[in-house]
Amino acid sequence: MSLLEVKNLTYSYGVGTPFEKKALDNVSVNINAGEFIGVIGHTGSGKSTLMQMLNGLLKPERGQVFLNGNDINAPKNNIRNIRFKVGLVFQYPEHQLFDDTVRKDISFGPRNMGLSEEEIDERVISAAEFVGLKRELLDKSPFELSGGEKRRAAIAGVISMEPDIIIFDEPTAGLDPNGRNYLLERINDYHKTKGKTVILVSHSMEDIAKYAQKVLVLNKGRIEMFDETKIVFSQVEKLDSMGLRVPQITYIMNKLKEYGYDVSGGVLTVEEAYKELNRLLCRKRGEKC
Amino acid sequence: MLSDITIGQFFPGNSIIHRLDPRIKLVLLLSFIVFIFITGNYFSLSFIFIFVLSVVIMSGVALKMYLKSLKAIVYIVLFTSVINLLYGRGEPIAQLGILKVTVSGINNAVFVFIRIVSLILISSVLTYTTSPTQLTDGMERLMSPLKVFKIQVHEIAMMMTIALRFIPTLLDETEKIMNAQKARGASMDSGNVIQRIKAFIPVLVPLLVSSFRRAYELATAMECRCYHGGDGRTRMKSLHLKKADYISSAVCVIAFCGVVALNIILPAAER
Repeated sequence: MSLLEVKNLTYSYGVGTPFEKKALDNVSVNINAGEFIGVIGHTGSGKSTLMQMLNGLLKPERGQVFLNGNDINAPKNNIRNIRFKVGLVFQYPEHQLFDDTVRKDISFGPRNMGLSEEEIDERVISAAEFVGLKRELLDKSPFELSGGEKRRAAIAGVISMEPDIIIFDEPTAGLDPNGRNYLLERINDYHKTKGKTVILVSHSMEDIAKYAQKVLVLNKGRIEMFDETKIVFSQVEKLDSMGLRVPQITYIMNKLKEYGYDVSGGVLTVEEAYKELNRLLCRKRGEKC
Repeated sequence: MLSDITIGQFFPGNSIIHRLDPRIKLVLLLSFIVFIFITGNYFSLSFIFIFVLSVVIMSGVALKMYLKSLKAIVYIVLFTSVINLLYGRGEPIAQLGILKVTVSGINNAVFVFIRIVSLILISSVLTYTTSPTQLTDGMERLMSPLKVFKIQVHEIAMMMTIALRFIPTLLDETEKIMNAQKARGASMDSGNVIQRIKAFIPVLVPLLVSSFRRAYELATAMECRCYHGGDGRTRMKSLHLKKADYISSAVCVIAFCGVVALNIILPAAER
């Protein structure tokens, strides 16, 4: 049984006004435990809407969301308990910081879960450590932190609930390159060390290609593809037609292959490309690598 | 929940009401309010109510939207009507303990009900058919005689424009923050009053912070475009009265005369 099962979800915004717009149209998808899933799609393709349905923030117009086989919108389920299991980190999560110290802010989630003070404390510290927030920052006001630190503190606020599934909606938007890489590495680590399911929404194909095992492609409220990363990014034309692209390095390697060079197609990361090209150069020079 | 709020909402369209000059619309709204309240008998009341309804229909905005704006105040209307119903003067028709219903009570209740509903409808016509910029533009022009008294009309109008402009933005923002806190297990709609108020702190603090941030950003952006207040400022779209404005004003004036005439000719309702 899959961990999260989405069945025939449909949702529209502004029903009954002149601005009515269908955001999701009959979307079905299964997500298994422990997967790292990348979600890509044009602006307005329904990514954020879908993500907010996975933890019951939006109620589907039609269709269901099952977590471990339970319909999360069924009246018998307490929706709060679902939200502790499906963590959602919004875009610009630092805008949600509110408490007078970082420690208190991170503990907001665990406290709502009704954990004991010791456990809350433990979780705050481990979550802060996980996102790389220095211990001495914990007793500062969140509004004194730098932009990157604020972002990390806000993410720690969700991680501290230790959800089974954690959704990141464009977590690196507006960060500098170092901050981006660091954050993505932390997210990847979270997936690897804790074995939790991670869903990453991003506009950076490079990031998705590097970290995601499977990629979900949304276009105009429908799922266009849902497959392993390599397979999705091999369909260059189809992605192009949706206004999406494949990683730049993939374009280059595909072109090289087209020109008759002996490189394998579907290279997704710079590291892979480096290996391929190095192999090619070595052979040309007649050296062994 | 928050999407039910229709204050300051504008529905673009091309009806005759949409095309009227905002100044005319504002003046007519004010006179409508006055004449709705001077109605003295059922004839003038129904006359102006029907007139309001025809304006609503002419606006071309979905009737659903008007119902929505009425829904927001349905309790106030019912409450004041019931109070009026029970506190009439004169001989009671029906009595239950200290509660009595009289003819004047019934009259008062009906009058209050129709008056408030007409008031809401006609004000909604203005906000639904006039874009916020047009609206404040019109207000600025109407208030410009106040400049004589050193009142900074342009600044007031600009503040109103900005406030109106930011209502939807802040609603959006509130919803986002609420969702973010709900995702961390906050519950906004359970518990007693104090718990509920407390539950809103995690929403209000970030909202306040972001409003300040937005205000600073806006001020900087305005300064970057050399905004320096109202002195010597010209307009891209200056307002000119057209034929339609004169005709509609004339129609309204005639209707208002009708109200007064009906009031004088026919006997006043017992109040």
